Amino acid sequence: MSRERPDVVLPAGVHWRRRVANRVAIGGCVLATALVVLPLGLLVLRLLESGLHGLSLGFFLHMPKPVGEPGGGMANAIVGTLIVVGIGAAIAVPVGVAAGVYLAEYGREQLANVVRYTADVLAGAPSIVVGVAVFGLLVVPMGRFSALAGGVALAVLMLPTVVRATEEVVRLVPASYRQAALALGAPSWVATLRVVLPAARAGVTTAALLAVARASGETAPLLFTALGNRFWSVHLDQPIATLPVMIYDYARAPYSDWNSQAWTGALTLLVLVTVLSALMRLATRNIR
Amino acid sequence: MTAGAPTRDATMVTVRERTPEKPRRWSADDAFALALRLASLAVLAAVLLLIWQTWLGSRPAIQAYGLRFLTGTAWDPVAEKFGALPYVVGTLVTSGIALLLAVPFGIGAAVFLSEIAPPRTGAVISFLIELLASIPSIVYGLWGVFVLAPFLRTLVEPWLIKHLGFLPLFQGFPFGLGILPAGLVLAIMVVPTVTSVTREILRALPDSLRGAALALGATRAEAIGVTLDAARPGILGAVILALGRALGETMAVTMLIGNTNHLSWSLLGPGATMASVIANEFTEAVGKLHLAALFEVALVLFLVSLVVNAVARLIVLAATGGRRDVAGAA
Amino acid sequence: MTPAETPLIRTAMPARHGAPSADADNTPEPAAHLAARGFGLRYGTHPALTDISFEIPEHRVTAIIGPSGCGKSTLLRAFNRMNDLIPNVTTSGELRVGALDVNTPSTDVVSLRRRVGMVFQRPNPFPQSVFDNVAFGLRLLGLRQRAALAERVETSLRRAALWEEVKDRLDRSALQLSGGQQQRLCIARCLAVDPEVLLMDEPASALDPTSTARVEELVLELKGRYTIVVVTHNMQQAARISDRTAFLMQGRLVEVGDTRRMFTNPKEKLTEDYITGRFG
Repeated sequence: MSRERPDVVLPAGVHWRRRVANRVAIGGCVLATALVVLPLGLLVLRLLESGLHGLSLGFFLHMPKPVGEPGGGMANAIVGTLIVVGIGAAIAVPVGVAAGVYLAEYGREQLANVVRYTADVLAGAPSIVVGVAVFGLLVVPMGRFSALAGGVALAVLMLPTVVRATEEVVRLVPASYRQAALALGAPSWVATLRVVLPAARAGVTTAALLAVARASGETAPLLFTALGNRFWSVHLDQPIATLPVMIYDYARAPYSDWNSQAWTGALTLLVLVTVLSALMRLATRNIR
Repeated sequence: MTAGAPTRDATMVTVRERTPEKPRRWSADDAFALALRLASLAVLAAVLLLIWQTWLGSRPAIQAYGLRFLTGTAWDPVAEKFGALPYVVGTLVTSGIALLLAVPFGIGAAVFLSEIAPPRTGAVISFLIELLASIPSIVYGLWGVFVLAPFLRTLVEPWLIKHLGFLPLFQGFPFGLGILPAGLVLAIMVVPTVTSVTREILRALPDSLRGAALALGATRAEAIGVTLDAARPGILGAVILALGRALGETMAVTMLIGNTNHLSWSLLGPGATMASVIANEFTEAVGKLHLAALFEVALVLFLVSLVVNAVARLIVLAATGGRRDVAGAA
Repeated sequence: MTPAETPLIRTAMPARHGAPSADADNTPEPAAHLAARGFGLRYGTHPALTDISFEIPEHRVTAIIGPSGCGKSTLLRAFNRMNDLIPNVTTSGELRVGALDVNTPSTDVVSLRRRVGMVFQRPNPFPQSVFDNVAFGLRLLGLRQRAALAERVETSLRRAALWEEVKDRLDRSALQLSGGQQQRLCIARCLAVDPEVLLMDEPASALDPTSTARVEELVLELKGRYTIVVVTHNMQQAARISDRTAFLMQGRLVEVGDTRRMFTNPKEKLTEDYITGRFG
């Protein structure tokens, strides 16, 4: 049986153009990846180059000094960041975990769908808009900028991360744990609180760390809530210095000494964020 | 066997007795469930807060300017003229530049990670890209001002002016700061989003797609072309998600964009975005109307990013078969 | 290898070895189209195939049967180098398609895969139109004019017994077709690039009985033009459609021969046990 010869002849081999295109395309993807990762290298190198030498104990312990005077530090800003982020976490973590547990356990209710969607909306809100809103909510009635307002703004930003991650993690806890607890006579709320949640502990911690890591780098929402402070202050109802805002101020200043301190501050901030992320990764690894 | 029968009847009797004729007592379970619900309402409250406060604060400006707010190009706090068009345009232009650069490179990196890279290399690079995503905006801004802007000013912009200066896009002086560097840094910040979402989308495609293409005599690149084609809707979602992120970006853009209230054609000149004008002028607002105008800019920014993000999430959700963790990864 | 537009030439037929040995019904034995000689394959350190030697005749249907995990699919996929997609695969021995040794470093895998087509267990049409699916391979080869494409697409769809069902909906998505139709579409897609060999990996196992029957009918029609190798776990199917059968167990070739003879009078005890259902 012979095969019908088609009218059109097909080439037998692979046209050289296809081979070239193949190499070019693959090479292009490699190049693209290199270019994507390149800024990371450049940035880290410059951070180290410009910021490392300023990293001394003094940087962490000294207060900002007037321009021209040597030996200034960012002690108040570092403490301020810890305070403001702490307030944010103190609000966002309990509320977020509770909401996440709600979504995981009662996930099919209508309210749950609304909350889930809203959390996604909140996640996409620009951080500066949050700052503006909290300004209206707290700063105006209180008549002053405050650490509290800054904390609330950060809490709003942290909330969706904690909620979503908690929901996922709690969902992953095997239903059998809960059922075992119920079968032993525990009421539903005890089963959730004493069995399911502890089982999800690592994941929830991860979620909290992730939110904290992101929040500690935020600048925009603090610009009109916590404002900033050249002096030492830990009062919750007073403006407070924070690391990102101080970096911002020092970066824009026309004094090279301050610019240099900005680099050191940025390096500190990056180390803080990276350490938190690393902790988070460690926590995740232990789950498996 | 028959010994068990009476128990059944006894249970059924108890059930009948327990029918809800009388109100149930408020139990600890109910209290707990209520607490959880209240916490969830906090999420709703937060969004409502955002909408309510920005709207409330913008009321004076809305009443004073109406729709002209969005079409007017003059922004003069002293004369109390507020037209926000330059900022809307600036936001769109910088985001546009960011996407123009981030999308091809981001997709290329995603393809590399999902189709080309050996597993160990892929894991390392993927980690590095995640690192890029976690760098705070202010750090990008600092780097942009002291490293990127001088680089552009001394090397790139003179070249652009010399060779492409016939286009109004590239006319003017090499400032270093301006729309171009802002867009560039924005691109760097947004690329991880494009890459990670695209990667998840590619991962969600069945392996058999690639297998079918290769078995038909396709080269590796041609098979990748088939998977990208199949991933198109999802990739669109990734792009829009990246857009949403770019729209709200503040610090790096503010530090690099030069901050002017004029609309200009040139990418080399200064500009401003909605986020940057708020960041710059809010704490020094000249008068109540100025503040209200800034509130209104915030409201517009919020609404725009709300819509963009909602659309993006819908598309990505559909493309990954409803896996929320992917949409959340972005 | 060869540059662009040389006419499609059938690979030179290997010389017939020895006198044609007569089958039970006295037809001359066709020449071998595919051959394995001492072929072995390992996934890392685990041997999947060991010392496989047999020949697959041209223009016949050869079935590869065996219990699950015996390496049938691996062997099939070795002929078009699809095992390359799995990391840490090493091969030894010889595997030939016509005169070409498939496993040498200089083998052009891309053109090999066009000569040797593959149909997968689960139908895998591209999420594109019916037309674009069938035209895919043609477009790779540089065929661009719509008229020429349309003609070949029609020919392929006719040969796959699908034309009548899709001729009015060529531009609609292939994913809207039923499972059986999708599988015939995948066959048409293979046929479009004029392969010499069709490798079919359990082509009907994901289909309902009616579609299965149609695919089997199709295989019998196609064998006049193509050399077909079918992997199947369904022995009745092997008996129905194949001329020769190879029985694999744990990566080794136990027996190979004329299908009718093997099923009625197997040489090896293992073969007999498998066929009579004592295991597997």
